[in-house]
Amino acid sequence: MADIIENTAELEEDTLKGRYLTFYIGNESYGIEVRYVTEIIGMQAITEIPELPEYVKGIINLRGKIIPVMDVRLRFRKESKEYNDRTCIIVIDIRDISIGLIVDTVSEVITIPEQDIVEPPKMNKNFSNRYVKNIGKVGNDVKLLLDCEKLLTDDEIENLSEVL
Amino acid sequence: MYDEYSNETMLDIYVFETEQLLEQLEQLMLNCEKETGFTSEAIDEIFRIMHTIKGSSAMMMFNDISNLAHSMEDLFYCLRNGKNEIADNSFISDLVFEGIDFIKEEIEKIKNGISADGNPTALIEKIKIFIKDLQNDVQFPDPGIKKAIVETTGSIAQDTYKSNPEDGRAPPKHAFKAVLHFEEGCEMENIRAYSVVHNLKDITSDLFHIPENIIDNDSSKDIKQNGFHMCFTTDLGYGEIQEVLMQTIFLRELILEEIDKEEMERISKNKSKPYLVSESDEKPGIHGEKLNNPGTQKSKTERETPLSSGHQNILSVDVAKLDRLMDLVGEMVIAEAMVIQNPDLAGMELTNFQKAAQRLDKITKEIQDMVMSIRMVSLTATFQKMNRIVRDMCKKLDKEAKLVIIGEETEVDKNVIEHISDPLMHLVRNALDHGIESAEEREAAGKPRYGTITLEAKSSGSDVLITVRDDGKGLEREKILNKAREKGLISKSDSDLTDREIYNLILLPGFSTKDNVTEFSGRGVGMDVVARNIETIGGSVIVDSAPKSGTTITLKIPLTLAIVDGMNIRVGKSLFTLPTISIKESFRPKAGDTFTDPEGNEMIMVRGNCYPILRLHQYYNIVTNVTDFTEGIIIMVEHDEKTLCIFADELVGQQQIVVKSLPRYIRDFKKTKGLAGCTLLGDGNISLILDIGGLIYGWNDG
Repeated sequence: MADIIENTAELEEDTLKGRYLTFYIGNESYGIEVRYVTEIIGMQAITEIPELPEYVKGIINLRGKIIPVMDVRLRFRKESKEYNDRTCIIVIDIRDISIGLIVDTVSEVITIPEQDIVEPPKMNKNFSNRYVKNIGKVGNDVKLLLDCEKLLTDDEIENLSEVL
Repeated sequence: MYDEYSNETMLDIYVFETEQLLEQLEQLMLNCEKETGFTSEAIDEIFRIMHTIKGSSAMMMFNDISNLAHSMEDLFYCLRNGKNEIADNSFISDLVFEGIDFIKEEIEKIKNGISADGNPTALIEKIKIFIKDLQNDVQFPDPGIKKAIVETTGSIAQDTYKSNPEDGRAPPKHAFKAVLHFEEGCEMENIRAYSVVHNLKDITSDLFHIPENIIDNDSSKDIKQNGFHMCFTTDLGYGEIQEVLMQTIFLRELILEEIDKEEMERISKNKSKPYLVSESDEKPGIHGEKLNNPGTQKSKTERETPLSSGHQNILSVDVAKLDRLMDLVGEMVIAEAMVIQNPDLAGMELTNFQKAAQRLDKITKEIQDMVMSIRMVSLTATFQKMNRIVRDMCKKLDKEAKLVIIGEETEVDKNVIEHISDPLMHLVRNALDHGIESAEEREAAGKPRYGTITLEAKSSGSDVLITVRDDGKGLEREKILNKAREKGLISKSDSDLTDREIYNLILLPGFSTKDNVTEFSGRGVGMDVVARNIETIGGSVIVDSAPKSGTTITLKIPLTLAIVDGMNIRVGKSLFTLPTISIKESFRPKAGDTFTDPEGNEMIMVRGNCYPILRLHQYYNIVTNVTDFTEGIIIMVEHDEKTLCIFADELVGQQQIVVKSLPRYIRDFKKTKGLAGCTLLGDGNISLILDIGGLIYGWNDG
């Protein structure tokens, strides 16, 4: 019984491997690993919570579950943009934290083979590419593959340094 | 979904049952100690409990626990036969408590998935020696009793499979040979055989059996194949023995025959070889003898019914299921509100719908109440635990104190119980350690030798008040002050501090450190931990003390954590919810009621008292048109006897809310001051629950 479950889990893992959900912020195309993604929903009424960083827009009610939402645009220190009907919330699940990512528009799920993925250039530390784990080549396009964990965890480090 | 909840294994049940029995036992022991003597009912009860533990532990193969329970059972068997007058009660209690602690520890290990590897041999030895002493001390009126005791003691070691013949005793009237076959597939034949032997032990003598070693599992196979052979002598007749043996569970076949002494001797000599029952034509001899000891008879019947029928109507349920059920009911309450307050229905004349809605509303409320009441647990168990602590501490510290328990039947939510158990223990310990003086000091101060610690629980509205009161020396105001000043915990001048404020200083983190436990005689270790624990469940701690006459610590705890009455208020576009209990009143101030001090703090005068005003829109930087006091509303809230006036745009309405905590991601920012959580409103919107305590203190600090 347990074996079967394990097998299916492995299978699932396999089918998700190398698959990325791509979305746009401005002109750039980004990708996140599909295994993190729980669902994609349209824009929702967001309840603001005071005293939070600007990019944490607040919380939403996802069928009785309350999850925080983060504006990825603001997270990347880009200018904010009015939400429209193409704006989407990608709900991801990382280490038992559910969080919604607000993106300009979601495009598609694609498979990027390992040989088409390269590491981002390593420059001096001011070169800010900490959220981008890898860069994927798809045809003539380039997808910036995000490190979801960094998206979340870097805050705490920031917070700490602010406090100190 | 189903699987998730059906994984209660035998082990879980065993652990649960044994824990309950131990608790019961502890309680009994404490009562007996108080009455300075064991009543025969108590002894019977303890005996029964030990027997049950022994049986189930053996079943689960926890032989150490089983052995220990067995020896304790023997001890009480001994007491039951009239030895309790001469026995040293406090020594017995110590022995039993030691035993309880051992089993508890083992159970804890089992619970955590560690193998129960404790070794009770020393304790068993101690009990055995004590039983022997009892026997030697006493002239047994009936040799049969002594006989039984020797047998039971003998069997503790468990390698002694044969009981020793007793000198000076009239030879038993009958000898029997019995072969038992168990039903196929009943498993654990050796344990079943063991229980048969155990049942017979008290009413027979010279008992031996084949296979000899029935403790090992290997013997199961043997019993399965050849049956379980026994030979014994007894004063009972054929019929009675047959009756006893027939009660064995899963018994397939019983061959019982009476044999003469020579046969018995012969068999006992050849006992190592398996044998078959000879087709002898010996018939049952004279029956009709009565039991020589009514006590034994009683013990037998009791053993047949290990758990009384009173438990039949009670079902033990996994708390996780209840939590889930409560979540679901919470969702249902919200869903109901969504339906009934649906904006699509606005302005429509719907008489029938309204009627149906009312009915639905009534039923949901009832379900909600019912679920809450299922989760309510009386404080009895938690309070009774303290008895044990007081007892142990008294012995250790050589103080004399008694614990008075009032209102233990008060019920609180299961979650709350879990959170207050440790703090309470801490408070009681503190009271005894630091509060109550030694007997000599007390006498010198003109107080009764016995210190009294009162543990009281009572409901007050939606709170439960639990007080721990001692009549000890009380807190030392000056010392606390000095200590607090030393540690830089107070900034006000002495004259500004009320006694109560000073006493509550001991709750501050950092006030107590290890080194001041000895040199500083006030309450010390970890009061801040107590306070923090209580605060996590939305309660508060109040310390009060009078020099020389004692200290009172009151825990104010909400009845339940999950569903509260809330008042929704609006500021700009944001919705907030205040717990209705903390609201004293709300009103729209007239121009001129409010004034501002030179530092810009706004205040309002209400019936001669002056209160600070907190503008929510300023506090949370919310854009709103309502900035004039005369346009919005002031809500006066109270927490810990401090009052604050909150200024908001308007009141939206009152509703039962299900408290949900903020997502962890948000909480990790630790910047959200004054928010206790969030809740879903009827229309699916989210409202933030304000934490009044946090607002009052956080705001003052800021």
